[in-house]
Amino acid sequence: MAAKLILSMDGAVIKEYPLNKDRMTIGRHAHNDIVIDNLAVSGEHAAVVTILHDSFLEDLDSTNGLAVNGTPTKKHFLQNNDLIEIGKYKLKYLNDQVSQTSPADFEKTMVLRPPPKPAAPKMEKPIEPVSPAPVASDQTSRFVQPPPVASAQVAAVATPPQPAKPAPQEPAHRAAAVQVLTGPNAGKELDLVKNLTTLGKPGLQVAVLTRRPNGYFITYVEGEHYPLVNGTALGNQPHQLNDHDVIELAGVKMEFYFKG
Amino acid sequence: MKIADALEIFSQTDAGLVRAHNEDSVACEPICGLVVLADGMGGYNAGEVASGIAVSVVATEIKHHLQNASPIGRDEATGEELGVSLLRNFIQKANVSIFHASQSQPQYAGMGTTIVSGLFYDNRVAVGHVGDSRMYRLRGEMMEAITRDHSLLQEQIDGGIISAADARFSKNKNLVTRAVGIAAEVEPEVHVHDVMTGDIYLLCSDGLNDMVEDEDIQSVLYAMQGNLPLAAEQLVQMAKDNGGRDNVSVILVKVKGQFAVPRSWREKLFGWLTLRNI
Repeated sequence: MAAKLILSMDGAVIKEYPLNKDRMTIGRHAHNDIVIDNLAVSGEHAAVVTILHDSFLEDLDSTNGLAVNGTPTKKHFLQNNDLIEIGKYKLKYLNDQVSQTSPADFEKTMVLRPPPKPAAPKMEKPIEPVSPAPVASDQTSRFVQPPPVASAQVAAVATPPQPAKPAPQEPAHRAAAVQVLTGPNAGKELDLVKNLTTLGKPGLQVAVLTRRPNGYFITYVEGEHYPLVNGTALGNQPHQLNDHDVIELAGVKMEFYFKG
Repeated sequence: MKIADALEIFSQTDAGLVRAHNEDSVACEPICGLVVLADGMGGYNAGEVASGIAVSVVATEIKHHLQNASPIGRDEATGEELGVSLLRNFIQKANVSIFHASQSQPQYAGMGTTIVSGLFYDNRVAVGHVGDSRMYRLRGEMMEAITRDHSLLQEQIDGGIISAADARFSKNKNLVTRAVGIAAEVEPEVHVHDVMTGDIYLLCSDGLNDMVEDEDIQSVLYAMQGNLPLAAEQLVQMAKDNGGRDNVSVILVKVKGQFAVPRSWREKLFGWLTLRNI
């Protein structure tokens, strides 16, 4: 299903516009795809250019300008639920493309035909018209039709149906830190805010703390001595850390703990 | 230093968490400093077939040719350095093989593959690629991609339609504009880069860079440069932790020393004379 714009004023929906053309214009004059008959709106106020599943909003040098989510803008890459404001009118952009299709189809690498032209596509004409594809479609290969908004032809080969899986959420990590207990840096605290935190110096003695969906792990990377956790030397496998574990690396002790 | 001693190479490939098949293929030929990675596409097992053909044609043929020739020699047909022309020619040969197979066997119709390959010789690396499989280089603490995807998204970035920062929100990922085996001809992109001791090169399929931010890839390469098998495992693990929606493959190459091609006294003399004349 194509993305769409929903025109409203003062909370009352006026009309829905599917984005089913490469370029749709918004303005006061009757020839626009989305006509807003109001003197605050320029004759040709803005355009929405759609390339496959992505849409871009462009101000056509309008007198009163436009805003997206409250920020005035000239050009904007539209994201689902963006709110475009033109004078008193609001246009909501909805594009739930991904959630309606199996992500498996989406992740599949596909080949765009024809082979690329050297020049990058222009905004007004996103993709060159397609010359006859050298390979003909047949029974065994399914050519995924691009949404009607695009002039590009996408060729892909069928995959066996795969269970739809929700897009991964940014995992909610429980905050954690290590505090140095001994040595010149004793008392220093290091928040584990990255997916991978290095302890030690590459080339000499290194262990890394990795943040994974199921917790924090320490892994020995290189160096003469294996790090100790609660007095026991690590092997070559990642070791999951528990609250208040004491790590010892190159003679320095530090404590791992969860925050909050 | 001999090329096999100058490089440490490690590869890993994994089907990921969602796909039933692994359509990626990798090959390493340490003896001639060659690494090849391909990400196939096509129904049933056609993707594996395509990437398998590509990797084996490029790896076997180049290895075979380098038994009796030096990569710094000249290709008599084109005047190019042999290392460069071998990469280009055999990617093209792989293209023809895959295209013919797909034309003659209905179950393989429409199959194709991306490819990225590196041939290390004479303190340099020739990099040939088609599609969106990438090569990154870590030098010091700085990591950068040294291939540019042949993809719709990259063309949009180049055309100024979308910023590189916005590109990660695009819903048009995974649309490649060039692939091996989908048409009678293909134009591989080949560039030569200087190599420095300590560099780490990463070849990967989009199953890695679509799932893991460049910043995280950089921290793994930097922190784990002393332990390549662990670095490879960690990269694959991160892609899976983030969803693992595609096959993920990596090849890591660490440059441990110089590997200039030894020149004969005659070449050295000519080189010296040329220098004197300048």
